[in-house]
Amino acid sequence: MSIMGTRVIRTEDPRLLTAGGVYVDDLRTPELNAAARVTFVRSPLAHARITGIDATEALSDPGVIAVLTAADMDDLAPPPPSSGEWDGSPTPLGGPWGEPLLAIDTVRFVGEPVAMVITDGRYQGEDAADLVAVDYDPLPVVLGPAAAVADEILLFPAAGTNIAIANPVPTDDAPFDACDVVVEQDIINQRVACLPMEGRATAASFENGKLTVWASSQNAQVSRFILAGALGMAPDQIRVVVPDVGGGFGAKIGIDRDTITIAWAARKLGRALRWAETRSENLVAMSQGRSQLQRIKIGGSRDGRILAYRLDVIQDAGAYQRIGGLLPFLTCLMAPGVYDIPDVQAGFRQAVTNATPIAAYRGAGRPEATAAIERAVDLFAAEIGMDPAEVRRRNFVAPDQFPFQTKTGAMYDTGRYADALDQALAVAGYDGLRLEQQRRRESGEPRQLGIGVSSYVEITAPDPDAGETAKIEVTDDGSATVYTGSSAHGQGHHTAWAMLVQDELGIPMDRITVIHGDTDLIPAGVGTYGSRSLQLGGSAVHKAALEVKDEARHHAAEMLEAAEADVVLDTSTGLWQVRGDPDTALSWAQVAGHSSGGSLIADVSFAQDRPTFPFGTHVSVVEVDTETGQVKMLRHVTVDDAGTVLNPVLTEGQRHGGIAQGAAQALLEEVLYDADGNPLTSTLADYSAVSAPDLPSFELADSQTPTDLNPLGVKGIGEAGTIGSTPAIQNAVIDAVSHLGVRHIDMPATPQRVWTAITEAQKASNQ
Amino acid sequence: MKVDLTVNGKEITADVEDRMLLVHFLRDVADLTATNIGCDTTSCGACTVLLDGESVKSCTVLAAQASGREVTTVEGLAGDGTMHPVQQAFHEQHGLQCGFCTPGMVMAIVSLLKENPHPTEEQVRTGLEGNLCRCTGYHNIVRAALAASEVSS
Repeated sequence: MSIMGTRVIRTEDPRLLTAGGVYVDDLRTPELNAAARVTFVRSPLAHARITGIDATEALSDPGVIAVLTAADMDDLAPPPPSSGEWDGSPTPLGGPWGEPLLAIDTVRFVGEPVAMVITDGRYQGEDAADLVAVDYDPLPVVLGPAAAVADEILLFPAAGTNIAIANPVPTDDAPFDACDVVVEQDIINQRVACLPMEGRATAASFENGKLTVWASSQNAQVSRFILAGALGMAPDQIRVVVPDVGGGFGAKIGIDRDTITIAWAARKLGRALRWAETRSENLVAMSQGRSQLQRIKIGGSRDGRILAYRLDVIQDAGAYQRIGGLLPFLTCLMAPGVYDIPDVQAGFRQAVTNATPIAAYRGAGRPEATAAIERAVDLFAAEIGMDPAEVRRRNFVAPDQFPFQTKTGAMYDTGRYADALDQALAVAGYDGLRLEQQRRRESGEPRQLGIGVSSYVEITAPDPDAGETAKIEVTDDGSATVYTGSSAHGQGHHTAWAMLVQDELGIPMDRITVIHGDTDLIPAGVGTYGSRSLQLGGSAVHKAALEVKDEARHHAAEMLEAAEADVVLDTSTGLWQVRGDPDTALSWAQVAGHSSGGSLIADVSFAQDRPTFPFGTHVSVVEVDTETGQVKMLRHVTVDDAGTVLNPVLTEGQRHGGIAQGAAQALLEEVLYDADGNPLTSTLADYSAVSAPDLPSFELADSQTPTDLNPLGVKGIGEAGTIGSTPAIQNAVIDAVSHLGVRHIDMPATPQRVWTAITEAQKASNQ
Repeated sequence: MKVDLTVNGKEITADVEDRMLLVHFLRDVADLTATNIGCDTTSCGACTVLLDGESVKSCTVLAAQASGREVTTVEGLAGDGTMHPVQQAFHEQHGLQCGFCTPGMVMAIVSLLKENPHPTEEQVRTGLEGNLCRCTGYHNIVRAALAASEVSS
């Protein structure tokens, strides 16, 4: 029986549970034995000119090896001339919008690295960093997307504007003028922290002309590419090693300026260095997520047909554009969601502000799209007085319309949107929930019930042509080693890849080793983001397994003196046989031993023609205490269809984590600044990260609609939970108090915000 | 200053800075790196260990305070090659993904089950408020804790 689709518990776990993982700060490799410690001096101001840096006192502190600033970077090439537009090259040091490695003459957010202190001991660095005297001349600050586009205060005066990228929304009012009902709303998709439990961490050494960088990253090979560009080195002079990674969630795609700076300093000083950021650093200096102002307009007929939708996004980039315009691009691409809307208008402006840079965070542009359209549909449903689930049903792209070309340019591969909705409603017991809601409304009890629905589609492997690599080597001891360009940081790659190989080759999982994250061993690869791993990396492993099998068949045929067509592999035993003659069995060890090098190798890459589009429906049930504004999640039901499921254990884990992060944004988490740009949430004592008592257990229903774009039939599942859950929960909160006159509440739906919305609605109704 | 700790049954004597935190002692002096540091405000629980059998966040205890006392980390929870029932439950219930919070989470649950061998789901969730996980959404961690409580009954 095939192992595919079965519940296999992870091979990764025993080591992580008994000895702990080996994260960057755990490395005890000989090259790092004498490593000195790096402590960054970071800007305490959100916007200022640097008028002087004096390290004299710090340098006289015992144990201080060096204090380095941008002025010491004389061994780096000057920034390339820029056209003013991001050209896809590594961003540090480039152009008028570029992010320097260390601040040159201006700081643009609190936490921006200004200097680095290198010390022998752990605690000396913090002491010495306090002694580096930086003189700042404060500048006025601009915070938040709305203020940024006003262009009254500029972060980059040479650019003449804060708007770095614009793809303006078409404003054709005619389709809306033809509608019975039009609803408009400004929606804030707030700034949140990515918060992997392991913050950023780097070690670096430079020996005999070779730079080795250990980094907590989602992509070793991409990191090497960035380092080569920034440091002016050939890629083969650099080895990047990614050991265990304590979560990424998009914020560890590639590497940041901090890591590049450490690599540069290790080369400059000829001294091994190591750094693991504190949480207080992490919460101001690791890139953050979301931060959009969305202006939505939705119109349709009184019978529930949506006829026109406009989404105008202002994306807060933070101080520097780390990933160009990717986030609002994806938001606009996915603007119409699961609906077949005749007229869709979507556009964006991306503006810089005096805040931590924004980059990918679980979902990266798609949660924002889903939040906007799913709020819009609920607002429209409320306006026409129709059940929100029914409005969704009346507007879905129908199964016979796939592949479906959206008005915004996406090509959806497969989907059964109404089925997902119906399944989720059935599991939730939707009709019964509405009756209970009605009962509570009529009785007027303080704890009101809210039911929120979110139907979503998202894009995974958005860069399918970049593909992924895999190499499989079967050696004459009968074991297999898989080298993958994909990159694990909790997803369970080692288990999943071994399942794929066992299924195809019949080599048992415990004889299969999976290696990733070392550019000396795997020079070519892309890594993990955009829910691409299984569909690209997994398909590459599958392809490599097929090639190894073909090669093995050739050898087995020779050894068995049979025609290749008559030689078969019994995957239940891993034995090669002549068809119908079980006595002639050859093991993988024997077959591999027959090859000239004693091993069989297939080295492949796999690319996909198009991205895939997972979909589903989430139903959230919440209780809102109308006297305090407190929200309690009672239930969360999901149908997340990401094609064929390889291992339900892993898929469910991804969904659980995604739901929780989505709930966190809906109810709890927000990065806040005061009017001067000082972060108010720079520790975990202040940032209200979601914890166990905030959540219920989740109810997951199974649905599998394969894609035809890869041989496994799989789509990505890493981000779906976050994309689906956030608007479902937000809609549920608003639904709980809609009978009190509340029409919209921005996230996070904190008690204060919910209570205020109720109070204001009551005031309005009393007037 | 000189400190003398028993870590996972082994006595370790060392001369350390007065301000050295227990978690740094475990990682840098005892070379036990399973215990991780996830914050600097005693909020995340990644550094949870047992001190004389009770869970503490080792980022908020000085090595000096632990001198003369017994510390258990996840490395010392079970014998070589075996798993404690809580570790086994984490494995079977997929209670971990990236593994960074896991050692602290396991130690917190060991302590929780010692105080309350048969908790309800709500008691488990409340008991884990001080241990953050970003990967699992807590769903399978809670299931693991409940499964381990059944094993121990």
